Amino acid sequence: MSVFGVPTQALFGQLLIGLINGAFYAVLSLGLAVIFGLLNIINFAHGAQYMMAAFVAYFLLQWAGLGYWWALLIAPLAVGALGVVLERTMLKRLYHLDHLYGLLLTFGVALVIQGVFRNAFGSSGLPYAIPAELTGGYNLGFMFLPTYRAWVVGFSLVVCLLTWYVIERTKLGSYLRAATENPALVQAFGVNVPRMITLTYGFGVGLAGLAGVLAAPIYQVNPLMGADLIIVVFAVVVIGGMGSIMGSIVTGFGLGVVEGFTKVFYPEASNTVIFVIMAVVLLIRPTGLFGRSQ
Amino acid sequence: MITLRVLALLAAVALAVGPAHAQISDGVVKIGVLNDQSGAYADITGPGSVVAARMAVEDFGAAKKGMKVEIVFADHQNKPDVGSSIARQWYDTEKVDLIIDVPTSSIALAISQITRDKHKAFIVSGAAASDLTGKACSPNTIHWTYDTWALANGTGSAIVKTGGDTWFFLTADYAFGHALERDVEAVVLKSGGKVLGKVRHPFPTSDFSSFLLQAQASKAKIIGLANAGADTINAIKQGAEFGVVRGGQQFAGLLVFISDVHALSLDKAQGLILTESFYWDLNDATRAWSRRFAERHRQAMPTMVQAGVYSAILHYLKAVEALKSDDGPRVIAKMKELPTDDPLFGKGRVRADGRKIHPMYLFEVKKPAESKGPWDYYTMRATIPADSAFRPLDQGDCPLVKK
Repeated sequence: MSVFGVPTQALFGQLLIGLINGAFYAVLSLGLAVIFGLLNIINFAHGAQYMMAAFVAYFLLQWAGLGYWWALLIAPLAVGALGVVLERTMLKRLYHLDHLYGLLLTFGVALVIQGVFRNAFGSSGLPYAIPAELTGGYNLGFMFLPTYRAWVVGFSLVVCLLTWYVIERTKLGSYLRAATENPALVQAFGVNVPRMITLTYGFGVGLAGLAGVLAAPIYQVNPLMGADLIIVVFAVVVIGGMGSIMGSIVTGFGLGVVEGFTKVFYPEASNTVIFVIMAVVLLIRPTGLFGRSQ
Repeated sequence: MITLRVLALLAAVALAVGPAHAQISDGVVKIGVLNDQSGAYADITGPGSVVAARMAVEDFGAAKKGMKVEIVFADHQNKPDVGSSIARQWYDTEKVDLIIDVPTSSIALAISQITRDKHKAFIVSGAAASDLTGKACSPNTIHWTYDTWALANGTGSAIVKTGGDTWFFLTADYAFGHALERDVEAVVLKSGGKVLGKVRHPFPTSDFSSFLLQAQASKAKIIGLANAGADTINAIKQGAEFGVVRGGQQFAGLLVFISDVHALSLDKAQGLILTESFYWDLNDATRAWSRRFAERHRQAMPTMVQAGVYSAILHYLKAVEALKSDDGPRVIAKMKELPTDDPLFGKGRVRADGRKIHPMYLFEVKKPAESKGPWDYYTMRATIPADSAFRPLDQGDCPLVKK
């Protein structure tokens, strides 16, 4: 049995691969959506922060002998802390200005970080092994699914849903949402708004860092890994709706699947299909699929 | 009136003497190293090629011979439009006489045409497409280090001979990938093998999972990687994850450099068969030069592309010295006249179609246990003599070759 000349078995395999890639898009775009939706900062440094976390994981292994599970905990915290420093020292001064200044600043920071790393480590990348507990895989019949990739999908899904739940369904999340709508009023109620904003930025960056550690064993740990991904992730966030948390999760996974199918039917276009979709969505629904017009 | 006529006559005589041909333009031989300094191919060529170029100028002794040689370099970012505009600017405004290196075949083909239009010189070390000395050959271009035909003839036929007779191609979707796929497919079909499928992936790609799945579904014995640099590394790494080798298939790294093996580590790269024209550990001369190179370049051993840049510039400067001119097409013609001899590639020559001839070597990547030290990666499996390593002169459809 086949669909457009491709056997359905192969198609299921591609669907699964698409979900795995979608998981990366979802976690990264979630971080971006949190930062933009709640803080109105366009964080172009997201890709560089994702890359830094992968390097932190590499160094933890090389210098401290700490493996993957430690890296999963420490690297997002470390990169998140760096994000907090960035926010406190530089981003804070731009809140009263147009969005574009934040974009320029974070873009510049990204270029500096990427340049420094590339200068120090070259561009072929450094090896990082899949942790021993997650090697091997399952033979599903229509494909061989590596355990590590299954772990990536599962873990990403849990993180995304947890984040969505905290922001949309808990009191803390409601304070955060209120603070972005009307900071003065919320501050008048005694909530420390600047600190919440700083921590939220740190959390968003931490999500990027988590994605970086997840990516390290699959892709090479190399200084350009963020640059390749960040433009696609921005497209995902735009399609999902810039402020919508659930939108970026659903769109992330969905576009991963779409890209996976494109790789089967017309692989030469797999780099561009997401942007074509973005153009179409913006024409029909300018605020994105799940976005709210502000 | 008579004065004017005399003046006109004097002017005519002065102009009729003609320009002095035997002259180096602006008194400086300016060489431009154009390659990928920061992307997928940066470790194969990149800053290392610039180091090699500088070493060539120093070893040639340009200063002692009274020749002024200047090296400039730029990053074409693997984009044909960027590469072309840098080349034009170099030739038009910055008076560059020779452009060298240029990985990424689409850019090399474009610059070959630009060089021809501007009557300058172009030596390709990085790019692979055999069309550079075939349909697209030019009297201003020399293809130095290797090409897709030599790779197909080396790696391709070696693998088919050992039983790899069904192939699936994973091809980078641009000029180089297409050329390599075409040349290897020809070798496979000629040896009685079959090509079960191909997939073209965007250049560059970081995630090969989907394409590897298609390769596994084809059940071909050999998955031919018609790509290079970061693409090859990612494909092999992810292939290990998806159990490609465990499932009974084998990767054929159609273009693999020592920098790729270094990035993959012997653990993932062991057993790969590859064809190169240079290896740092071949003999005393290559070892001595490579150590000098490594000291100036992050302790990394040179790739064949970087060695090619050194060798080509030495020969170019020899030709410029003999001609006492850096006029593009004339220097290229002189380079074809003079036989080549350098410590890295040994004795060779440049053919009428611009193809440099030297032996190619078939290597196999060592197992981790066999390696005695850093960068000790290859076992030599065969030497392909210079005259049979490259496409025969009459098979290339090059208009420069008289039939």
